[in-house]
Amino acid sequence: MDYLSKLENQSIYILREAFNKFENLAMLWSIGKDSTVMLWLARKAFLGHVPFPLVHVDTTYKIPSMIEYRDQLVRDWKLQLVVGKNEEVLKSGVTYPNGKATRVECCGTLKKDGLKAVLDKHHFTGVIVGVRRDEEPTRAKERYFSPRDKNMEWNVEDQPPELWDQFKTDFDKGTHIRIHPLLHWTELNIWEYIQRENIPVIPLYFANEKGERYRSLGCAPCTFPIKSNAKTVNDIVEELRRTKTSERSGRAQDKESEDAFEKLRRDGYM
Amino acid sequence: MNAATPSAITSAPSEQLKIVIVGHVDHGKSTFVGRLFHDTGSLPEGKLEQLQKIAERRGVPFEWANLMDALQSERDQNITIDTAQIWFQTKKRQYVIIDAPGHKEFLKNMITGAANAEAALLLIDANEGIQEQSRRHGYLLNLLGIRQIAVLVNKMDLQEYSQARFEQIERDYRAFLKTIGVEPKLFIPIAAKHGDNIASLSKNMPWWQGLTVLAALDQFKVTDLPDNQPLRFPIQDVYRFDERRILAGRVEAGAIKVGDKILFNPSNKVSTVKSIERWNAPSQDFANAGESIGITLTEQIFVERGALATLESSPPYALNRFKARLFWLGRAPFKKGKTYKLKLATQEAECEIDSIDKIIDASTLETISRDGDQSFVGRHEVAELTLRTKRPIAFDTHSEIVATGRFVIVDGFEVAGGGIVADDNYPKRTADSLHKSGNIYWSHGKVTAHQRALRNGHSGYVVWLTGLSGSGKSTIATELERELFNIGKHSYVLDGDNVRHGLGSDLGFSPEDRKENIRRVGEMAKLFADAGIICITAFISPYRADRDLVRKILAGSQSQFIEVFINAPIDICEQRDPKGLYAKARANEIKEFTGVSAPYEAPSKPEIELHTDKLTVAESVACVMEYLNVQDEGSQISI
Repeated sequence: MDYLSKLENQSIYILREAFNKFENLAMLWSIGKDSTVMLWLARKAFLGHVPFPLVHVDTTYKIPSMIEYRDQLVRDWKLQLVVGKNEEVLKSGVTYPNGKATRVECCGTLKKDGLKAVLDKHHFTGVIVGVRRDEEPTRAKERYFSPRDKNMEWNVEDQPPELWDQFKTDFDKGTHIRIHPLLHWTELNIWEYIQRENIPVIPLYFANEKGERYRSLGCAPCTFPIKSNAKTVNDIVEELRRTKTSERSGRAQDKESEDAFEKLRRDGYM
Repeated sequence: MNAATPSAITSAPSEQLKIVIVGHVDHGKSTFVGRLFHDTGSLPEGKLEQLQKIAERRGVPFEWANLMDALQSERDQNITIDTAQIWFQTKKRQYVIIDAPGHKEFLKNMITGAANAEAALLLIDANEGIQEQSRRHGYLLNLLGIRQIAVLVNKMDLQEYSQARFEQIERDYRAFLKTIGVEPKLFIPIAAKHGDNIASLSKNMPWWQGLTVLAALDQFKVTDLPDNQPLRFPIQDVYRFDERRILAGRVEAGAIKVGDKILFNPSNKVSTVKSIERWNAPSQDFANAGESIGITLTEQIFVERGALATLESSPPYALNRFKARLFWLGRAPFKKGKTYKLKLATQEAECEIDSIDKIIDASTLETISRDGDQSFVGRHEVAELTLRTKRPIAFDTHSEIVATGRFVIVDGFEVAGGGIVADDNYPKRTADSLHKSGNIYWSHGKVTAHQRALRNGHSGYVVWLTGLSGSGKSTIATELERELFNIGKHSYVLDGDNVRHGLGSDLGFSPEDRKENIRRVGEMAKLFADAGIICITAFISPYRADRDLVRKILAGSQSQFIEVFINAPIDICEQRDPKGLYAKARANEIKEFTGVSAPYEAPSKPEIELHTDKLTVAESVACVMEYLNVQDEGSQISI
């Protein structure tokens, strides 16, 4: 069995475990390449079906074509979509684009707190998230099934053991489990799989006439394109096989301080 | 410094090897990993400079370990707390490096890392020599089934690159590993901080002409998927997205194909594979080890998550007791007499310790005696023990099939221990023994039923009391037993609760389980009666078909079946309500309660009918005694 197929089969196994063990299960869908691959893997696992809702935490600052692409796939693939927003903060206007919050504070309220509000409202006890170990060092320490306490906090010093595909599926009331089917995939694996399976991705990933493309997608004010001539999936795969620049280099919030991202994640950020 | 081996990723990795780095705290694991990354050209651009700048800003010397120890708390304590996994590539293949903590406190993280690895590098500080965790990790690697091990003797620079020191450590550690049956592939002297013998041979140790670490890594083998073993397909879930029932799971060993006759363990149900289900993949009528697929069956049989699908020709063991080697990670000890949850493949079963044979300190290999108190396994201890599950589970020994030969134990919400099924003399099952074929014969003794009856002064009977809850079955049964005993007859009551405690402890209260419970009681009562005893049973046994089944079982024996209908109107029973069950049933706290929300099918032709709303207990007992006397007089054995 080739390596991509090994990854695929492992992710399917994880998704099926999650679906069997959690009554209130949802999948976070950021519209990006990773969570779209994850959505594709769900259709593999459940033989064409997606038997749980998708949650999109909308900061309202997303690049507009992301929302169009999202709504298109919801129609084409007959998905159940739940959109979460932190209305309170959006109303008060305490955001980075308004100059009233730092980037990290803005991520904290619009994304992290926005997510918590959706989870609380729908009582989700299992949340499938498309993080990968190779994205950045804190994610390298994640588990496939990773518990979060009542305040959504991640206790990285005391994580459950995880061996032989026996995952943590027993948990106390009020806590929830994050499930990470893509944890062992790399950025290159994601694109190789998109290539192999012919998965539709948002065109923002492909180079425009100015020779720029997005490598990682987030909110418009904090996400910057990279220089690239990769116009197709094949081009991107070739480009990634040569690059030594990290994927999140275009994500400004990671760089405010040495441990900015680590703090966000401990507090419950994806 | 050594020349770097450039390893730009030029093609999709054809294979990946997962390696865990273990060893005692501070023996240089994270430093080694940082250095390995640098020397293979695997660092992202600017990463080294960024970390050097951070160190400068903090006024501390730059440490290679910081590459891995990205978390704040770890930088502060300078020890690895959790396992982290990172990638690098050599010309040969891609590697995932799992950096596992060396502190005893974080053993569960070390095990998490090691359990996912195919090979291990174990670091020993040349300066400090072999320490507690050096030995414990060696022991656990073996228990976890990792056979490819290279030992790196690190910090050779602090021992002036002494060949004698290296050879001494190699000798001592080999001797230790030998006692647990481990033979490491090789030992390599290194100084991770300076890159000696990592990517190229060190000028500081001209006496070393063996492999570099990178060359040693490339000699390790990727674990093959167990395609050639007997089929093991644990059912993960059953999907009904449309009119079909699809059994989902991953082929853990062997292969499965359309037309295979499949045995589901431990229930022993049989069906045939009708189709292999996949989505957006080429249609194939077979699936090999490692594939997550679905199957449909030609005959619709009841199969749930947990069933282990195999071929009939090579079934697993199906028992409720097995020997294991186990490591315990829970804060609370693993105690005798307490119930835990066992997870093996997709099966889950309640389990407890049957006996503890040996508790081992994995770092000294000494048996822990605790002044004879062998009632628990403590945190970070390893034990050889026997486990008992509440119901039979299907398994293999770890030495035969890995995926179905290992398990974890859940204590409350936590995965608290793990282990492997040890070899033992488990009863083998064969295709023949799985079915009630003609191969089982009833063995007849040399004492006849008549001889027994003459000796006892009475025949064996099954007196089967049936009726609503509260109708008086148990009261009559125990009084009848006492009366028979008083006049010298051998009798015994099979009580519902007592039977469920042991004989039927794996059964619940679904109609299927109730039926099975009655069947077992019937078989049991028959054996009692054949032994010459008057066996009295007191079960609601609401279904006529179930009671008729028992009558049929007895028809094949010398003993007589006497069905006694304990008949009292439901309102009287409800007034009595000795166990408060009617009240609960009316409040909907008990579902499917006979007479309230589930039917009672009265016997059409009982041997005896007792209207307990009109008869006293003594009168009822007398009626049964009278009936038994008449029977025995008829066969001329009455006293």
